[in-house]
Amino acid sequence: MSSNAITIPGAQIQARPWVDVLHQWLTTVDHKRLGILYILSALLFLAIGGVEALIIRIQLMHSHNNFVSPEVFNRMFTMHGTTMIFFVAMPILFGFANYLVPLMIGARDMAFPRLNAFSFWMSFLGGVLLYFSFLGGSGLYGAGNAPDVGWWAYAPLGSRAFSPGHSSDYWTLALLVSGFGSIGTAINIIATVLCMRCPGMKLSRMPLLVWLNLVMAGMVLIAITPLSAAQIMLLIDRYLGGHFFDTQAGGSAVLWMHFFWIFGHPEVYVLIIPCFAFMSEIIPVFSRKPIFGYPVMVAATVCIAFVSMSVWAHHMFTIGMNSYANSFFTLTTMAVGVPTGIKIFNWIGTMWGGKIRFKTPMLFSIGFLFQFLIAGLTGIMMAASPFDWQLSLSYFVVAHFHYVIVGGILFALFAAFYYWYPKITGRMLSERLGKWHFWLFLIGFHLTFDVMHIPGLLGMPRRIYTYEPGRGWDTLNLIISIGAFIQAIAILVFLANLVISYFKGARAGNDPWDAWTLEWSTSSPPPAYNFATVPAVASRRPLWDLKHPEDPDSRYE
Amino acid sequence: MPMRRTKSSKLQTVSQMLLVLFWSCTFVWASDPKNSSVNHTNIFAPASTPAKSIADLSVFVLVITGIIFVVVFALLAYSAVKFRERPANSDREPAQVYGSTQIELAWTIIPILIVVVLYLATARVIHAIQDAPEPPGAIEVTAIGHQYWWEFRYPKFGIVTANELHIPVSDPSHPTPTFLQLLSVDTDHSFWVPELGGKTDLIPNHPNRMWMDPQRIGVFLGQCAQYCGMQHAKMLLRVSVDGPEDFAAWVRAQQTLAVEDTGAIAGRRVFESNACMNCHTVAGTAANGRFGPDLTHLMSRATIAAGAAENTHTNLRLWIEDPSAIKPGSLMPAMKLSDADLDAVVSYMETLR
Repeated sequence: MSSNAITIPGAQIQARPWVDVLHQWLTTVDHKRLGILYILSALLFLAIGGVEALIIRIQLMHSHNNFVSPEVFNRMFTMHGTTMIFFVAMPILFGFANYLVPLMIGARDMAFPRLNAFSFWMSFLGGVLLYFSFLGGSGLYGAGNAPDVGWWAYAPLGSRAFSPGHSSDYWTLALLVSGFGSIGTAINIIATVLCMRCPGMKLSRMPLLVWLNLVMAGMVLIAITPLSAAQIMLLIDRYLGGHFFDTQAGGSAVLWMHFFWIFGHPEVYVLIIPCFAFMSEIIPVFSRKPIFGYPVMVAATVCIAFVSMSVWAHHMFTIGMNSYANSFFTLTTMAVGVPTGIKIFNWIGTMWGGKIRFKTPMLFSIGFLFQFLIAGLTGIMMAASPFDWQLSLSYFVVAHFHYVIVGGILFALFAAFYYWYPKITGRMLSERLGKWHFWLFLIGFHLTFDVMHIPGLLGMPRRIYTYEPGRGWDTLNLIISIGAFIQAIAILVFLANLVISYFKGARAGNDPWDAWTLEWSTSSPPPAYNFATVPAVASRRPLWDLKHPEDPDSRYE
Repeated sequence: MPMRRTKSSKLQTVSQMLLVLFWSCTFVWASDPKNSSVNHTNIFAPASTPAKSIADLSVFVLVITGIIFVVVFALLAYSAVKFRERPANSDREPAQVYGSTQIELAWTIIPILIVVVLYLATARVIHAIQDAPEPPGAIEVTAIGHQYWWEFRYPKFGIVTANELHIPVSDPSHPTPTFLQLLSVDTDHSFWVPELGGKTDLIPNHPNRMWMDPQRIGVFLGQCAQYCGMQHAKMLLRVSVDGPEDFAAWVRAQQTLAVEDTGAIAGRRVFESNACMNCHTVAGTAANGRFGPDLTHLMSRATIAAGAAENTHTNLRLWIEDPSAIKPGSLMPAMKLSDADLDAVVSYMETLR
């Protein structure tokens, strides 16, 4: 458990020219630097995707608004969805996994450092390709534009007949290329977790974060491959005269839907499971208790992973499947609520009887629990397929999945930022700005996404660039848009906090939260080699054992 | 700063209580049928059997999920308030509890039972709606999705119309439900009239079916719910539920050929000597295009351009002159007619009753 720094000749030279620094960052294979690169690139795309969301919300503020044309609006929601899922949520979670997994299992790097670098640059290249469509999208047809097929690109909208030019090719290639990056990262995480654990770190002693990222990586392998296959089939259709999805020539639009959602639903869990992982680390530390029901948490996660592979067609309840298929997917979808509920109960069980410290990470964690509970329950509503025949494709479903992605994933990510920023930078984030960030974001979030359920119940479909006056949707949409701007302000506070605290934040020290997992045993930021001597562990909370030699966890496990 | 900590957790509880209140109000407000007027749609104001059984199931699911919400939220709020750090206990760690098999079993089994109940209730409704047999007296309509309008064909009556579906009211003692066959000629669309039923997609090469038996006379609004391209937003739907006599009269009127009006002969000539007739049908004339809406009885419709504008003289003229002024991205081209030709065509259109 020693954190003494060792001296490597040449490594301590401080002032280097910026070209050298840049060169080091661009060629790095260090898991921590790659993690930071993932996170920074995701924050860049978060800002872009956020601006797109604001453009959408300005356009929808009132009926018959002419802020943007229908084409621009359609491009905005396509780019917003694609960006947020593929170039914000996935990379930022991979970034945290990259940074934390080796530290938490007492390893010095990922199993395949070069594959790690390759994966990051592929993901980033995917994002660049997607945005290059603004310049090169139409190819010879015009000055260029972004894809406007929606982030599902339902066939035959993505075929050459309905999507001429190259805009949707950039979408296809972006997903294909970043998909290779995701698969690389998933292989890397699995290999790292299985092969690189420090002495004593049995699978049953791994921190939950590591367990959950292992499950997530397994799901990425299963989920991303059909998406990549579908993209290749789409390219064959578009350029080699194939007819997989070309309905004019007897192809199947429904086939694309199946391919897309066999990816798409596990993808939701690929995104939310790492957030469960954050919660499972942060809630115990701020409740001052070990996680309640560790083995059950692991089992529930594995169970979610399996069941979530058989729920994809609940995205397709309106496509006219027969009543048996609809019943089956209703059952599996409701069933996935059971292990998910178990997780929520276990987090509350962890808080129960604890000594809860309401620091910013814990505030965001409680926000996560509250919102994820509601998101889960609206999910149960839509699992009841007849109810979904009304709710699907309406603003209710938009509100539901933003509840998951913003209220759940983004809140968990903010908690993770406030929790691990001190480890990554050596400085504490400002609690004062953190509280501002939390409350502004909470208010903006609820203003936007609580209200957004109602127009769905009142018949407003998604993906419409405008709507008729007198439908009773105007006021609701205005409130939703106001909430979006409050969220944008909160994000600015957050970004300011990241920058200001980097220079002016209080020194963090090794272990500012009095936590229990291995990453807090090394310096902040950790040295390139992570641990001077490889640690050995005897329980799930090695630092608890160290701090409480009279009553170590190893006695009870 | 123990004081600040206490304050902020209380604030949080209060704000979350407010949110709970907000959510309850939301659902109560949305489920009040009084909020539905002609222009308003609401899934909780059903007017046909499928919509009604969906709304009933929805209320059942809402009640169950509402109870779950109240219980879990109460546990969360209680533990957040009760177990926060206080100055009195800030110097020692709480009891380290690792779990409890009994409690885990309880919160596994109870949710499983809830899922079973919800599933059985849902499966019943799925079967009742999807597997309902078509009675002999049912009205059959083929609805065909186009970018960005609806074609309705009544094979038994030999009628073709667009965007405004007419169906008879269904008396529960002598039901006359309408069975729709859903097709698409281009991209995916979705037929959604919230008060008459859930939505079903129109997918090329994948015929679908849905039915409705409206029990209230009136006009019901809806629109395309599946993103189908640039003008997805203005692919609106009007379903006119008519009394039996009104419906029979409407059918008779629609079955006639286009009115021959010698006063509009100039307009007809413009229509038939331009590309208009390649896309539009006017029954009884040479115009038999099928790419655009059938215009034989255009004036019987309240709107044009799939509901994007009211069917008035000014709108009709503007629409023919420059469709993108009303609906940018519409596949109808601007024909660049001279003012005289334009006026002639509009007056021809106005004879198509």
